[in-house]
Amino acid sequence: MYHVLGKDFSNAGKVSTSIKDTLKRLGVSPAVVRRVAIVSYEAEMNLVMYATRGEMSLSVSSDAVTLKVDDEGPGIPDVSLAMQEGWSTATPEMREMGFGAGMGLPNIKRNADEFEISSEVGRGTRLFVRVTQNMQGSP
Amino acid sequence: MMARMATTANLHSMTLADVRDLLGADVLNGDDLSIKVEAVGAADLLSDVLALSKTGTLLLTGLVSPQVIRTAIVADLCGVVFVRGKKPGPDILSLARESKIPVLATPLKMFEAAGRLYRAISEST
Repeated sequence: MYHVLGKDFSNAGKVSTSIKDTLKRLGVSPAVVRRVAIVSYEAEMNLVMYATRGEMSLSVSSDAVTLKVDDEGPGIPDVSLAMQEGWSTATPEMREMGFGAGMGLPNIKRNADEFEISSEVGRGTRLFVRVTQNMQGSP
Repeated sequence: MMARMATTANLHSMTLADVRDLLGADVLNGDDLSIKVEAVGAADLLSDVLALSKTGTLLLTGLVSPQVIRTAIVADLCGVVFVRGKKPGPDILSLARESKIPVLATPLKMFEAAGRLYRAISEST
C-alpha cells in the first residue's frame, strides 16, 4: 500500500519507480513490469494533479499483477469524456510538467488487460487495473 | 510547445557515445557510453513518451523536471538528452545517478538535434 499526496509535484512518480523495483525483484517479466509501471505512473500523476490524497495498492499473483487506486478528490463528472484521448481539464502548470494533455487514462487502459474506473463527483475516483502474466516456466 | 513523440526505425549500431559526438553534447550522467540506442524519440509531452516509446529509446526533450527522469525509469529508456542548452538542476541529476539513467545536454535545438540523429541513422541503414 502506497500513499500519495495531491499537489506534491516534486515527489510525483516516486511511488511508481518503487513499484517497478518491487516487481523486478519479484521476478515479473520485463514486459509486464513496464506495462504496470506505465499504468502506475499515469495514475500517480493523475492523483498528484487532481486529488487531495490517495492510496495505491499493488498485488502480485502467479497469473496477474493488479493495481488499485483510490483517491479523495473532486471526482470525474463524465468518465466517458475523460477516457477520450486529448480531453483534459489540466492547468498550464500541469502541462508544463509534461502531463495533463488528456493521454493519462487512455494510456492506462491501453496497458491494462482489465480496466475499471468509477468516480463520484465531490468524493473521489477508483481505478482497478489487471495485467495478466504467466510466471510458469520463468526462472 | 508540445512536440509529438516521433520514434525512428530500429537502429543497428548507434551508441550514446555516437550521440554525444553527433550533438556536441556534454555528458552529465553516465559512465558507460557504449550503451546501444535502440530508437530515438523527441517529445515534451511525457504521456506521449509513455504511450509511444519502446524499451531502449533515447529521449530528446526540452522539458526539464524530475518527471523526465522518472519517465525514463518507468519506460526503460536508454537515456535522456536535454536540448536547447538546458541544464538540469542537482535534484534531477542526483535522481539520474541513483537510477542509472544516462543524461546528456546539447546546445542544439530540438529540431536540429533530432535531424542530426535522423540523418546519421538514415545513412547507416
